[in-house]
Amino acid sequence: MRFLPTEEQTDFARAVRALLAAADVPAAVRAWSAGDFAPGRTVWRRLAAAGLFAPAAPEAYGGAGPLPVELAAAMVEVGRAGMPGPVVETASAAVLLSRLEGGPGGEAAARFVPRLVAGGEAASLLLPGGGPYALDADAAEHCFAVDAAGRLHAYGGPHPAGVAAVLRSADPARRPARLAPGGGEVLAAGPGVLAAARAAGDWARLLTAAQCLGVGEALLERTARYARQRTQFGMPIGAFQAVKHRLADTLLALEFARPLVWAAALSLDAAEVAAAKLAAGGAAYGAALTALQVHGAIGYTEELDLSLWLRKARPLRDAWGTPRECRAVVAGSWPHARRGTPAT
Amino acid sequence: MDLTHPPEVEAFRAEARDWLARNVPAALLPSLETAEGFAAHREWEARLYAGRWSAVSWPREYGGRGADLERWLVFEEEYWAAGAPARVSQNGIGLLAPTLFDHGTPEQRERLLPPMARGEQVWAQAWSEPEAGSDLASLRARAERTADGWLLYGQKTWSSRAAFADRAFGLFRTGAAASGPHQGLTYLVFDLRAPGVEVRPIGRLDGKPAFAELFLDGVFVPDRDVIGEPGQGWRIAMSATGSERGLALRSPGRFLAAADRLYALWRTAADPADTALRDRVADALVGARAYELFTWAAAARIAEGGQAGAESSLNKVFWSQYDLALHETALDLLGGAEAELIDGEWAQGWLFSLAGPIYAGTNEIQRDIIAERLLGLPKGRR
Ligand SMILES: Cc1cc2nc3c(=O)[nH]c(=O)nc-3n(C[C@H](O)[C@H](O)[C@H](O)COP(=O)(O)OP(=O)(O)OC[C@H]3O[C@@H](n4cnc5c(N)ncnc54)[C@H](O)[C@@H]3O)c2cc1C
Repeated sequence: MRFLPTEEQTDFARAVRALLAAADVPAAVRAWSAGDFAPGRTVWRRLAAAGLFAPAAPEAYGGAGPLPVELAAAMVEVGRAGMPGPVVETASAAVLLSRLEGGPGGEAAARFVPRLVAGGEAASLLLPGGGPYALDADAAEHCFAVDAAGRLHAYGGPHPAGVAAVLRSADPARRPARLAPGGGEVLAAGPGVLAAARAAGDWARLLTAAQCLGVGEALLERTARYARQRTQFGMPIGAFQAVKHRLADTLLALEFARPLVWAAALSLDAAEVAAAKLAAGGAAYGAALTALQVHGAIGYTEELDLSLWLRKARPLRDAWGTPRECRAVVAGSWPHARRGTPAT
Repeated sequence: MDLTHPPEVEAFRAEARDWLARNVPAALLPSLETAEGFAAHREWEARLYAGRWSAVSWPREYGGRGADLERWLVFEEEYWAAGAPARVSQNGIGLLAPTLFDHGTPEQRERLLPPMARGEQVWAQAWSEPEAGSDLASLRARAERTADGWLLYGQKTWSSRAAFADRAFGLFRTGAAASGPHQGLTYLVFDLRAPGVEVRPIGRLDGKPAFAELFLDGVFVPDRDVIGEPGQGWRIAMSATGSERGLALRSPGRFLAAADRLYALWRTAADPADTALRDRVADALVGARAYELFTWAAAARIAEGGQAGAESSLNKVFWSQYDLALHETALDLLGGAEAELIDGEWAQGWLFSLAGPIYAGTNEIQRDIIAERLLGLPKGRR
């Protein structure tokens, strides 16, 4: 038992972190919110070239996977940097399509997965039981949607014909789109598609949990720094216990969510993934509320880059599994109620 | 990254499980906070020792099995899953013993550890004083130099199970606090039945009589019972507080077993339409798992030479809040009228869980430590 990331896993995350730190992600986020995807897509292509999506797909399609732990570790960095775009959706679409290999959608896998994994093309994704909106469908080259009957539709993009409306999100850098019913090209159909969609949904939930962790860490780090510098009443506000204790609780929530994300990546068990999403989503949203409070009024402005993470936390908490949905999964199929029936 | 145990560890687990299945008393023992329960628990400790399970992580020469952290955690999982009794020896085994391994002499280890492992000598912790709680370094009980040892004077309080325990370990002022309150303190052990010791029980919220205050009037302590150098008591004591807050006091096995019992209660007793309760049960399951996984990650870091350090303050706040929430959920599942009956196992557990945020360093103090040592925030006024 060695429940710590290996050196390779840490190195991969570190490389992604360095790449993102070298790019001006906040400027890309602001542009993305205004409908200018070019700066964000430049960072995106670099990330894809550096292998960000490789853990999502097998080698046959240009990937290196499936390696959920590696991808989750990298996704923490995506969250920490506040990277815009359908990163989770693209990775999960690669998972979905790869699973169709040898089955009804084998050709689709060969056609699309290499472009998603290494080609720098982005995909939005709609799955049965997932949210009703296709994230950033107006920015992505592809949009894949599985309907309840198990048909896999592909819409070409960007601005796919199927996009009926782009809505406004609490996080302006997330662009939820409603798709027009029907339409698109049917790539495959059948129970195999539904099974692949379930697996892709678990990946999407896991990767969103990891992204939440990164968002929470970024918020806490900025807030602790601010609390060390901002003085009131003649001392740094971080010397006041009301401030200290709130930050301590934020760290606590993040530190206990992190191992849940790792364990979920190791097992990809639906209940473990739900537990990870519940904890990481809650910790990130808690970090956002703390960050806002500790920054005072400056925290409530768009001027400060802090807002880029602040506004992401709650939509991410609910994306690919609200707390309520996650709790229902945990209570319904908890795999760890296995320790016999101890004497009461 | 990996969450599986090698076959030798699984074999160790199987051995522990098998022994526990054959030896754990069928009926719940009376509370170890009562005279009758204390005696029954001593017998249990002796039986554990006979199977060499009472101090699995100690070296064999002192009665242990030389188990590493991984095996110890696995043993704890099995111990609590088997419904085995709470450990009356936990202060000695969890707090004094690690200090003796780090700072004691070989003679002290040989003399003090085996009777501790056998349950013959049960230890109490004598740190707190009426005027020294969170501000422990302000303590005033003193040890005065005499020919071949020390004489203790003063008052200690809130000493768990001291009413029935045999010996105690504590901090005493032996020198001026000239260069700061943490200077001039000495860590020593003494006999609770020695002349000059008066033990007065204090009734706890749960009505159990084992809690006590200690009045010390010229209690003789020979030199051989000083742990480490005189005057170095603070440093020596602090090296063990990590164990108190962290793993040694509350290994995850205990909460995993409690979460399982809660889950079983929910499955049999709850209205499936009550999703609010279902959500709290789910939170309890996730919390137990989070604590377990956090511990496995910490164990891996320690195995690679890391230190528990200020991280154990994260443990402390987490488990104490978790324990209370878990018991509150169970009481709500049972329903108001049932929950009121204080002899129920969950009600008893709830009453005890109320103390979690207070003992082992209050959660306010732990949050200060987290903020200052882990987040680098400035020290404020204490
Ligand atoms: C069930 C139980 C078992 C115990 N067992 C033992 C034992 O075996 N041996 C032993 O020595 N002691 C034991 N204790 C004592 C325990 O360690 C102390 O109660 C604890 O350290 C707090 O000290 P206090 O009770 O004097 O509270 P105080 O220190 O007076 O604190 C009162 C309140 O003020 C808050 N406070 C104090 N200072 C600060 C600050 N700087 N910032 C913010 N808040 C602050 C505290 O957090 C607390 O909420 C036990 C206590 C309990 C409840």
